[in-house]
Amino acid sequence: MTINQSGWRPEMGANSDSDVATYTGNRALMLEEALIFEIGTTDTTGVDIAPAPKVASRLGGLGRNTGIGLPGLSEPETVRHYTRLSRQNYAIDLGLFPLGSCTMKHNPRLNEKVARMAGFADVHPLQPQETVQGALAVIQELAVWLIELTGMYGVAMAPKAGAHGELCGILCIKAALEARGEDRPVILVPESAHGTNPATAAFAGFRVENIPATAEGRVDLAALKARLGPDVAGVMITNPNTCGLFERDMKAISDAVHAAGGYVYCDGANFNAIVGRVRPGDLGIDAMHINLHKTFSTPHGGGGPGSGPVVLSEALAPFGPIPFVSLMKDGTYKLVEEESAGELHPQTFGRMAAFHGQMGMFTRALSYILSHGADGLRQVAEDAVLNANYILRSLEDVLEAPFAASGPCMHEALFSDNGLAEGFSTLDIAKGLIDEGFHPMTVYFPLVVHGAMLVEPTETESKATLDQFIGALRSVARRARQGDAALKSAPHFAPRHRLDETLAARKPVLVWKEAELAQAAE
Amino acid sequence: MRYLPLTDTDRHSMLATIGAKSIDDLFVDVPAEARLPGPIAGLPNHASEMAVERHFSNLARQNMAASHHPFFLGAGAYKHHVPATVDHIIQRGEFLTAYTPYQPEIAQGTLQMLFEFQTQVARLFGCDVANASMYDGSTACWEAISMAGRVTKRKKAVLSSGLHPHYVSVAKTMAHFTGDTLDTALPSLAAVTDADRLLAAIDDETSCVVVQYPDILGRIADLGEIAAKAHAHGALLIAVVTEPVALGAIRSPGEMGADIVVGEGQSIGVGLQFGGPYVGLFACKEKFVRQMPGRLCGETVDATGKRGFVLTLSTREQHIRREKATSNICTNAGLCALAFSIHMTLLGERGLRDLATLNHANAVRAAERLSAVPGVTLLNDSFFNEFTLKLSKPARPVVHALAAQGILGGVSLGRLFPDASELENGLVIAVTETVTEDDIEALAAALQEALA
Repeated sequence: MTINQSGWRPEMGANSDSDVATYTGNRALMLEEALIFEIGTTDTTGVDIAPAPKVASRLGGLGRNTGIGLPGLSEPETVRHYTRLSRQNYAIDLGLFPLGSCTMKHNPRLNEKVARMAGFADVHPLQPQETVQGALAVIQELAVWLIELTGMYGVAMAPKAGAHGELCGILCIKAALEARGEDRPVILVPESAHGTNPATAAFAGFRVENIPATAEGRVDLAALKARLGPDVAGVMITNPNTCGLFERDMKAISDAVHAAGGYVYCDGANFNAIVGRVRPGDLGIDAMHINLHKTFSTPHGGGGPGSGPVVLSEALAPFGPIPFVSLMKDGTYKLVEEESAGELHPQTFGRMAAFHGQMGMFTRALSYILSHGADGLRQVAEDAVLNANYILRSLEDVLEAPFAASGPCMHEALFSDNGLAEGFSTLDIAKGLIDEGFHPMTVYFPLVVHGAMLVEPTETESKATLDQFIGALRSVARRARQGDAALKSAPHFAPRHRLDETLAARKPVLVWKEAELAQAAE
Repeated sequence: MRYLPLTDTDRHSMLATIGAKSIDDLFVDVPAEARLPGPIAGLPNHASEMAVERHFSNLARQNMAASHHPFFLGAGAYKHHVPATVDHIIQRGEFLTAYTPYQPEIAQGTLQMLFEFQTQVARLFGCDVANASMYDGSTACWEAISMAGRVTKRKKAVLSSGLHPHYVSVAKTMAHFTGDTLDTALPSLAAVTDADRLLAAIDDETSCVVVQYPDILGRIADLGEIAAKAHAHGALLIAVVTEPVALGAIRSPGEMGADIVVGEGQSIGVGLQFGGPYVGLFACKEKFVRQMPGRLCGETVDATGKRGFVLTLSTREQHIRREKATSNICTNAGLCALAFSIHMTLLGERGLRDLATLNHANAVRAAERLSAVPGVTLLNDSFFNEFTLKLSKPARPVVHALAAQGILGGVSLGRLFPDASELENGLVIAVTETVTEDDIEALAAALQEALA
């Protein structure tokens, strides 16, 4: 046996590792994985199902007589398939995930545990209400704290995600106008708004008009006032806004909109910046959705499920959706549905989803609220804002921060691509960060800033992590300013190099096909 | 507080870097009158993990969990055994704590899974393509109606009386505000569906016909004739599947000519969860793909020619198209789609067919046993794992009486259709693989007692 006498790690050789080909295409722990359609068969199953008793079929003559084409895998193959896939994902459990406006904070595991208690996870939405009093109590308890935290009058728990919550708020506005006998066809939305805002207003049948921003990144109050009138149903404003700034004039905006007979919708995606410190109800807001999968730590799951309860003002609460939970005088919880709405909630705009909201997210969010308590939630906002400002001030000399001169940011720091070398863009910085082991920030949003980079660290990052991220981003930003060609082909160390999104859109392949079928389709 | 890593020392040093004296300096843009001076009223301070867990345990105990009782509820949410593997995998942090895959180079796990999910859903429904999921079946149903309006440029939808009443309610809510016209009807306690009504209602103004399959009363009817009539008038057929396990036993809606097939994916992999989160399934013919709502995952190659996956056709979506988007949906039901996909992979076609066969056999035996109870008549000629009983008295009090005896004995039509007194004797019973012979006997005995 040869012993390395020096005690030092031997030289690894001059060749780049990427020159070494492997038989499998794997790279040690980086394992390629085929599709289930390529490794499974329709005869394989990973579930043992008891034999069915013989009965005469009652399928109305519509029994299946063709194959479905669904491959199966045994249990060990299934576990391996998905475990291998999982390792090609970045996640908050692996590191900082600073997507602006997305609030990727730590997802506490206690929340997962309580959500899986049989009394919550294994109850049917249409069970008799006397058999689900504890589940209804959870919904009511969360509702109470959401109302308290926002200083609002009521809350609709039904919406299934943020955009669904926006829809809920906008439908409340429509219903309120209808009750007043008014037809106001226009909703005003700032240019910096999330795309869901104009999409929601249009989905509900409104016409959308933009309102401009000031040079310092806030809603132009004078321009807004000038546009208000009898055709304007309301405004949709994000506060703190997507430039990471608090809308100082929010109360004045609300007052102006109310004076003109409209309503104020607030996009609550950025509530994490102010939870426990500012109550939207004190700013004249009529409706605001709360993304439980942002501020209240329910996991984002690679694209949902979310949950978007909407807090409502006294003016809009009567129009909120059914069903909802009500605490009755006898101490029981009642689910108010179609049947009792006539008596208890006569002006409701109706039902917006089949059952009563995202119960699995309610348990998690309530667990988070109770864990933090009043002191902890206030600290959440403070640390989130502190972390974002720390990033802003540690980077503004290498990345242009268009609104930094006007004061501190809230929970997210916004940069532009101004000053990068010719031919280098925000995208290159994002891909360079991937090689450094970080998920990139939100890029090219908001639209009001050229090559926008929106960094939201959240409160669950340590100073050491922030310092490492700042160091990495400074390095990547410098390379982009100097025109380092290697950055153009980043990422170099991810499971894939840059993917051809144009090809994907030009010739969409959305399902797997057997090779001969795929060729025939060419 | 256990979730907050910063120490006071960190905070001081960071404030110094920023050049702020105190944290309040960072909230300077918040007007004084908007600042909450003290803590949130009534909310206690932070609590230990043990204390919070205890609070939830106490509340959870106040609910009757489905697995602890003879259980027969369906009507849009079904109790199936979910293999332990499913919940294990969806709790891997790389899936659980990832965001929507906007950076595909480091999200291939989620993207490949979505591509597999889309293919599974499309094949199960007999369609060309499927999207990466919607919130749930009811919202997917409205999205389909809305899409049919874009495709046909018409605004009248004809809804079957066998469509889940909550789905009808959701459509009514939206149609009221968008100006669409809905032709709806209440179901009747009959063995046949309202196919004749639908055929008569289709005309050149019709954008779509919406039919649930199997329907809210558990009935199964061929969709071919409705598809043909709809197509002859330039309208689309939308099929709604609330129990996808059924498609392991019966023909897919796509085979029978449906243009769009939507569904509730809850019964595969997701669990009951008191109504949510669930997972909306959405599939259609390839020619309509650019009118689809929601995320779509597509295959492509990377710079070195390796196969990879990305979110695609996003020019349909809100973050690009804003007010001209096909839908406002953003976050959907990714993790529930993963649960569905894992369960479907474990089952495979053989497992799905065996599972469906077992469900149907259990349901047939239950239907025979329960219809032998005095005062009980079976409504259905055809059914999969769910059927409707006509009782000799209103079903709602019967359901409460059964619950008092520890039996979760179905969904009364009075709960689903509170305004239709003619349906009040109807009781919808779902019988899955989780129901035992003892459960059926217990329900039969308790029904006999309640109806005596």
